[in-house]
Amino acid sequence: MAIGLHDSSFKNPVVRWVDQRLPVFTMIQKEYGTFPTPRNFNYFWNFGALAMINLMIMIATGVFLAMHYTAHVDHAFESVERIMRDVHFGWLIRYAHMNGAHLFFAVVFIHIWRGMYYGSYKAPRELLWILGVIIFLLMMATAFMGYVLPWGQMSFWGATVITNLFSAIPLIGPEIVTYLWGGFSVDNPTLNRFFSLHFLLPFVITGVVFLHVAALHITGSNNPLGIEPKGPQDTLPFHPYYTAKDSVGIVVYLAVFAFLIFFMPNYLGHADNYIPANPLVTPAHIVPEWYFLPFYAILRAVPDKLGGVILMFGAIAVLFVLPWLDTSKVRSMRFRPIARIAFLLWTVNFMVLTWVGAKPAEGHYVLIAQIGTMIYFAYFLVVLPALGRLERPLPLPESIARAVLGPKAQLGGGPVPGAATAQPMEKA
Amino acid sequence: MAQTSAPSGATTHSPAGAPAEAVTKRDFLKLTTTAFAVVGVGALAWPFISSLAPGGDVLALASTDVDLAPIAEGSAVTVMWRGKPVFVRHRTAAEIEAARAEPLSGLKDPAADDSRVQQAPWLVVVGICTHLGCVPLGQRPTDARGDFGGWFCPCHGSHYDTSGRIRRGPAPTNLEVPSYTFTSDTAIRIG
Repeated sequence: MAIGLHDSSFKNPVVRWVDQRLPVFTMIQKEYGTFPTPRNFNYFWNFGALAMINLMIMIATGVFLAMHYTAHVDHAFESVERIMRDVHFGWLIRYAHMNGAHLFFAVVFIHIWRGMYYGSYKAPRELLWILGVIIFLLMMATAFMGYVLPWGQMSFWGATVITNLFSAIPLIGPEIVTYLWGGFSVDNPTLNRFFSLHFLLPFVITGVVFLHVAALHITGSNNPLGIEPKGPQDTLPFHPYYTAKDSVGIVVYLAVFAFLIFFMPNYLGHADNYIPANPLVTPAHIVPEWYFLPFYAILRAVPDKLGGVILMFGAIAVLFVLPWLDTSKVRSMRFRPIARIAFLLWTVNFMVLTWVGAKPAEGHYVLIAQIGTMIYFAYFLVVLPALGRLERPLPLPESIARAVLGPKAQLGGGPVPGAATAQPMEKA
Repeated sequence: MAQTSAPSGATTHSPAGAPAEAVTKRDFLKLTTTAFAVVGVGALAWPFISSLAPGGDVLALASTDVDLAPIAEGSAVTVMWRGKPVFVRHRTAAEIEAARAEPLSGLKDPAADDSRVQQAPWLVVVGICTHLGCVPLGQRPTDARGDFGGWFCPCHGSHYDTSGRIRRGPAPTNLEVPSYTFTSDTAIRIG
């Protein structure tokens, strides 16, 4: 072995030659082959892989759409219609991109929910969590700007309303909005820069996803029990156990995806966006896409422009400090009888906010949104900090293997995959 | 199934002295999985690659109508067809004679003049030099027409005759004759 070459364990001469000089095969083998993963994952642990697949689908379909799209106010709408009618399989690629965005948020919401339920944000995974929140923010910016590109009525008025949020900033607000627009209203310069950023941000997301995964592979995965693996008896190699389990989830996910594309491609969108943008007429009922609705409800719940904007951004900003707001040492809600109920109520409340965000901002809907907003923040700012001190958690299992296998973990053997390798370590 | 095929699998997977060439259930699974994956990737790639082909709107513009009536004998017009120039020349009797008199043996890309036209006075060729894609000169009366009275490509010096055939210079083949039909005595449709 020459000095400076990586000590590769691969036998194939070509693979070995590359691996000695650039140990990518060793890395893949370490991070996705033998990577020790808790043996007790449930299907909630599919959603990170699903989000990764979804990101790749969005980039692939997006690059092809960009080959046919024209970022100009006079041509954008028509170029999208051309994609739908004239480009071979253009309808498929666009519907995949459109519904892929909806599915991406669905997958990421479940992924975040998983992290909150099983306490995946707690030490030592705080930075991993924070990187995830950054990805979520980038996704929202990307989705918003992508929605503007077809230049329909919802595109135009969505862009107008969202950019006007920044006008709430005291003193420099209006100036900032002018810079966002590149003019004095949402117009061609706005469309051009949104297209540029919509193309750029997914690659930024890919970069942060890489950091997210890198951080994950330092701390290792959390698991439904929320206790750390203590040895090989608690883990399985990622491949083939979790590549197989993820594959099951991917098949289900793709089936749902295909159903959306082929049977209800416009169900999650707004019909108004098939009307070309008209700066003189605002649609009567302007609503964002469903994944923004909870935050939109919070915005509208506050009878003050700046206050509404602050609370809306605060609803996401609070996630950054969640690892420190939750003072309990116990990760998984399975062992937190009170926090568990509180979190499930918070989840219902999140759905109520989603529902009320789609309703007109008048009458009792405003009151519901206000109560929902209070519950949203109370969970983070009052309930979680207090429960860490007041709640008496259930006893934690002594190990993952013990919890999964029961007494057999002590005896060893049994028809359990991996049991043979786990046995020797049981003594340790 | 799993029960009955288990023994053979167990034999080959045992670490000590397994029969090297035995075909196992695992081999079958690997092959079928790979085959499905290949078909799947192909099915996935198909719409993406297909989207790169000319779209319906492009194909809809793939024919061009030309009115021949205003084109005087000895002159020519250039029309656009599929984003490319097409030369339509109303040849004089002398030009036709010159094209037909040339023996095929002297040509670089032998083709009889009557195989390149539908009606002797009307020569229709794609106005793109077959060398590297420049547009040859010769459409306007003031243009250089090369040594053979047809077209001359200024990029690399290819000379075409009054039948659009390559006579001298680096171009390998004659100017392409597009498919066209006479829709009346004085009109053609190209494409």
